[in-house]
Amino acid sequence: MTNSLIELQSVSRSYHGVAALEGLTFRVEPGEFVAVVGPSGCGKTTLLNLLSGCDIPTSGRIERRGSVRMVYQHDGLFPWLTAGQNIDLALRKLVSAQDRKSQRQALLNLIGLEGFADHYPHQLSGGMRQRVELARALAGETDLLLMDEPFSALDYLTRLRMRDELARLLHERPRTVVLVTHDIEEAAQLADRVIVMSGRPGRIICEHSLSLARPRELTDPEVTHAVQTILSELGLGMQRSENDRTDEETK
Amino acid sequence: MPGCGFARQQEKAIEPESNTAADHALVPGSISVKRQGFSLASVLAPVGVATGVLAAWYVLSHFHVFPESAFPTPGQVVEGFLEKCRHGEIVDDVIASLYRVVFGFVLAVTLGIPLGLWMGTRPKIRMALLPAVNFFRSLSPLAWIPFAIMWLGIGDRPSIFLIFMTAFFPIVLSTCAAVAQIPNVYFRVARDFDFGGVELLLHVTLPAIMPQVITSLRVTAGLSWVVVVAAEMIAGRDGLGFLIWDARNLLRPDLVVVGMVIIGCIGVVLDRLISQLTRIPSIRWGYDK
Ligand SMILES: Nc1ncnc2c1ncn2[C@@H]1O[C@H](COP(=O)(O)OP(=O)(O)OP(=O)(O)O)[C@@H](O)[C@H]1O
Ligand SMILES: [Mg+2]
Repeated sequence: MTNSLIELQSVSRSYHGVAALEGLTFRVEPGEFVAVVGPSGCGKTTLLNLLSGCDIPTSGRIERRGSVRMVYQHDGLFPWLTAGQNIDLALRKLVSAQDRKSQRQALLNLIGLEGFADHYPHQLSGGMRQRVELARALAGETDLLLMDEPFSALDYLTRLRMRDELARLLHERPRTVVLVTHDIEEAAQLADRVIVMSGRPGRIICEHSLSLARPRELTDPEVTHAVQTILSELGLGMQRSENDRTDEETK
Repeated sequence: MPGCGFARQQEKAIEPESNTAADHALVPGSISVKRQGFSLASVLAPVGVATGVLAAWYVLSHFHVFPESAFPTPGQVVEGFLEKCRHGEIVDDVIASLYRVVFGFVLAVTLGIPLGLWMGTRPKIRMALLPAVNFFRSLSPLAWIPFAIMWLGIGDRPSIFLIFMTAFFPIVLSTCAAVAQIPNVYFRVARDFDFGGVELLLHVTLPAIMPQVITSLRVTAGLSWVVVVAAEMIAGRDGLGFLIWDARNLLRPDLVVVGMVIIGCIGVVLDRLISQLTRIPSIRWGYDK
């Protein structure tokens, strides 16, 4: 075995004989930020469930090392706990109450919500909730973060801000990340590597590596170029032609 | 450009603050007036309705629309109330009824919520028990009165039994349904943070269903208070239900009304008390949607 955190070998998952994912092979190295993009229904959530161990593949092999934590699209916070208590969930394993308290405070400072420890999720805005959710995921010593469209429930401006926030948080507390999204800009702005998937059944069309340091400008040539390429690979770019469309239909 | 849109929106949002008195009165003023009117009306309207009912009662009794012997005047009722108070027995009746309701209801809650949780989290148990619970839920608790007397005689015990039968099955059903409706994401988050077994039950399942459980407690507590009156009429020697039944036998319609008024007032207070639970911060989220 190599020192990859995750290794997939021709992994497939089908529901009732209908394939959702087909023949996925890829690796995630420690410290890497991998984004998976693809059209709705291509099996992105299914892929994350497989990676987290919530689900098992119909065929193929998945190897995973280390502890995993998932960040959900929205409403992953327990509404009956305050922001502070939600973060405490992730610090449960710390024995000393003093440690827990200082860690919690450090995390709240990190996401800029110092004064909101005692607020309940329903008293926070969508963006604030998602920041608490990120803080909770970053608390403690997790190796791998799995994110399922973590910002898709937010408005465009908040989403832009949250991308910077995530880049900054990962700079402070480095983690290996697999981010699933249908937002190609988001993938290109954040990831070291973008895996592009086809429509259902999901297969890997291609991969892109980006070497630029984070945080990246949305208008940076490398980012815009990646967006362009990925769009055209999904058959959505400027070059979209009658041919591409019939191609998709016959699939 | 999104940037431009944002700037314009901000300008608009700032406008009302830097405004003339006229505009000021138009925007935030109209809201506060509306709120004030609402809170005033919320006090005045019920008082108005109560006065109307009293007035109608007074008019009906004053003009003898119904035979005098079957339709007491407000004055007679007040006298009847004072008479009952003087002997102090009214307090005993209230305590007797409350004791039965609280005892039967607490018993139903302490057994019903765990059973509901068990059924909600175990599909096989649910499959086995749900039809039976539904059967007893559909049965009026009053249908148990004959057996309640045959098995438990007269006094506290048959009433407590009937209250239990009233509250237990609805509580089981609503708890079970609430568990089934918990979003799956909570359980997955709980798994990420290594919750399992009893911890999962106490820290995730139970708080997640609390808002729905409290709604059902309100409903069943109201039902219990309704049923205790019927139970005491037949299977009691004291209590507010017996007070009414006894007054009927003594041909004292004024005392019947005294009993009715007290029952209604206590029912309202009980509901208010239980609804206070929805203000608990860790439960409030279920009602603020
Ligand atoms: N539990 C299930 N039972 C049957 N089919 C399922 C199940 N879960 C997912 N699928 C199917 O698998 C496919 C992939 O679903 P998945 O939720 O992974 O898509 P997705 O890429 O996350 O979509 P979206 O972007 O809309 O979230 C879908 O076409 C869906 O019909
Ligand atoms: Mg999905």
